[in-house]
Amino acid sequence: MSDYNFAYLDEQTKRMIRRAILKGLAVPGYQVPFASREMPMPYGWGTGGVQVTAACLTPDDTVKVIDQGADDTTNAVSIRKFFEKTAGVATTTSTAAADLIQTRHRIPEEPLREDQILVYQVPIPEPLRFLEPRETETRKMHSLEEYGLMHVKLYEDIARHGHIATSYAYPVMVEDRYVMDPSPIPKFDNPKLESAAIQLFGAGREQRIYALPPHTRVVSLDFDDHPFDPSRADHPCALCGAEGSYLDEVITDDRGGRMFVCSDTDFCETRRDAAKDEVAA
Amino acid sequence: MTPLLSVRNLSKSYGAQLGCNAVSFDLFPGEVMGIVGESGSGKSTLLNCIAGHIAQDRGQVVYDTRADGPRDTVTMPEPERRMLGRTDWAFVHQNPRDGLRMNVSAGGNVGERLMAVGARNYGDIRDTAQDWLGRVEIAAGRIDDRPSTFSGGMQQRLQIARNLVTAPRLVFMDEPTGGLDVSVQARLLDMLRELVREMGLSVILVTHDLAVVRLLAHRLMVMKSGEVVETGLTDQVLDDPQHAYTQLLVSSVLHV
Repeated sequence: MSDYNFAYLDEQTKRMIRRAILKGLAVPGYQVPFASREMPMPYGWGTGGVQVTAACLTPDDTVKVIDQGADDTTNAVSIRKFFEKTAGVATTTSTAAADLIQTRHRIPEEPLREDQILVYQVPIPEPLRFLEPRETETRKMHSLEEYGLMHVKLYEDIARHGHIATSYAYPVMVEDRYVMDPSPIPKFDNPKLESAAIQLFGAGREQRIYALPPHTRVVSLDFDDHPFDPSRADHPCALCGAEGSYLDEVITDDRGGRMFVCSDTDFCETRRDAAKDEVAA
Repeated sequence: MTPLLSVRNLSKSYGAQLGCNAVSFDLFPGEVMGIVGESGSGKSTLLNCIAGHIAQDRGQVVYDTRADGPRDTVTMPEPERRMLGRTDWAFVHQNPRDGLRMNVSAGGNVGERLMAVGARNYGDIRDTAQDWLGRVEIAAGRIDDRPSTFSGGMQQRLQIARNLVTAPRLVFMDEPTGGLDVSVQARLLDMLRELVREMGLSVILVTHDLAVVRLLAHRLMVMKSGEVVETGLTDQVLDDPQHAYTQLLVSSVLHV
């Protein structure tokens, strides 16, 4: 293991990233540019999240990595292995046991605590990108709080689909100041952005870091007559019976068979184990 | 009566190339002023300087704001100037593609300014957009179509609706009828004249088409090589031109 500096990145790089993180925490929702490094994985696989995680880790930390809520998918397994190898830190699949959770596309169902950090992998940090392609212009719009365009997007959704059809990467307003892209989490998870944990967002290719300090006010954008609706598939989990969790639809055969299961595998397993213990007792 | 807009000694040069030189004028509420001249005479530069799209070199642009009275928009903080630009001012581009969002529906285009100033009720925004599309003679059924499916004349009318939806007091127009065929142009001019009168708009109209200013403008300013060579009432300037260049300009108009 000792062939690598702790957590892969050199100390100077980690200091640079920590400065960006601190600035991000001081100005919630503001995208801080940082000198993103090349990582031993392709862009789009979480290079931003990995750099933020590396800058936050201490040798005593326990790391959990999830991809679409699951601990056992390729992305999650390889990043977990990466930190086992380069930092020698303990890893876990339990949300409660983790000090730092790196995530792609989900927020764990179990509420996070104040001593935990949640790190998001972000593909495109700029919520206004597809409406206004010029970076100089979007930066000006953020600095002058000109966010009318964001509602134009929601207007177009309603005009075309009859309801706000944006179902992931749903834009939020942070502390009545910055409009932020919460990364491609389902809008079901948006209410969980108001969390006790520190939330850090790293975009490696786009070279931006932004952050939400604990208990920051985060409001999903909407219209008065079309309020925000964190929708969810209308089924209980087929494995653990949970009614209030975010579900994945799993195709089970080629004759239309399907089941809905919790996308958060740790949450689902914990509930099933508890149910088993109850039966045993 | 305080002028709505008062421009003093406005100059802009592009390196050694002169854009416009020491232009001064007053524009009063409800007045339509035409700026005419040949290509490269500095009329578009002047318009863009006044509207704050490009930075002037020297001079003042004092606008009579609703809240605080006359303010120099050149020294005004940028957020205020941009706010002015999307509420009390309007800018109609020659090419509607510069003034419209081509990948957003007609309704969204009209609603953008409303949402930019804080409208958050979808039903109200849509009703207002519907109303404005009607006023610029676009069929109600086209509200969810993209401007790219519209004809040139419809795009220009949509651009006008999108600009007037916040009830501005000052409208900048840069060749609003350029690139339209004569019948479409006639309808557009008719509509503009009606809107100007109905809403009491003050307009600065830049064009090289003397027939357009004859129809719309109360006063006229003739520019040549960045300088204002003649000003006066429209009919007076067009019927009795004093400056040699204006005489040439008026005599160049083709008659059918």
